[in-house]
Amino acid sequence: MKLNVPSDLAMVGDAVELVASHLPPGTLSPRRISFNLRTALAEALGNAIRYGTGEDPERIVRVQVELGRDAVRIYVVDDGHGFDPTRLPDPTHPDNLEREYGRGLFVIRHLVDDVEFNEKGNGICLTLRAG
Amino acid sequence: MRFTLKKDKSGVVIVGVEGQLIVGNRQELKQKVLDALEDGSRKFVIDFSKTGYIDSSGLGVLVSLSKKIREQGGELRLAGLNADLQTLFELTKLDTLFAITRTAEEALAAF
Repeated sequence: MKLNVPSDLAMVGDAVELVASHLPPGTLSPRRISFNLRTALAEALGNAIRYGTGEDPERIVRVQVELGRDAVRIYVVDDGHGFDPTRLPDPTHPDNLEREYGRGLFVIRHLVDDVEFNEKGNGICLTLRAG
Repeated sequence: MRFTLKKDKSGVVIVGVEGQLIVGNRQELKQKVLDALEDGSRKFVIDFSKTGYIDSSGLGVLVSLSKKIREQGGELRLAGLNADLQTLFELTKLDTLFAITRTAEEALAAF
């Protein structure tokens, strides 16, 4: 499944529902589709639209879903400059707890089984293993 | 996705979140609560019993609203989190920042 999502934060919810509703049953449990996949994909799309494409309505974020017997892999790629995912502060540190932003990648890492970035840092692959 | 606001007889504003609270709709929730704060309400309960998922932008808006309400001498309580949402609050340690009750009724009784 491939999807081009307009760079508009208001589109995130619809894009997430489109992907979730087209996943055939079997690989992931309904609960993991309902919560883990939806939340992680919303995070990845929100980050790509806000930081990657700057909410520019002329640009798009590409989503590709690969369904295997053992796992579902979701690629989210924007055309931005990328970022260094190793240089993010810990959002659970007491000094950061009351910050409004900075939890996205932390949440993704806890909801999926594996997270990988491409070399440029403008593409993320979310892996949810079967179960 | 829908946000509902109602006020109980003691003046507590109960906000219902149906569907999801994410990057695409968080500003709508924020504005509704800030409008009620501006109109003089000080006690708020956000009821997540009909909420499927919350992303980090949704969490961020709750943090922001809690601060603004406290600055005005008020209080924000959260209620109705399912097991997955409760885990989300625990792993982000936001469960230490908010008063969380099992139901909205319990939150109302605790004011």
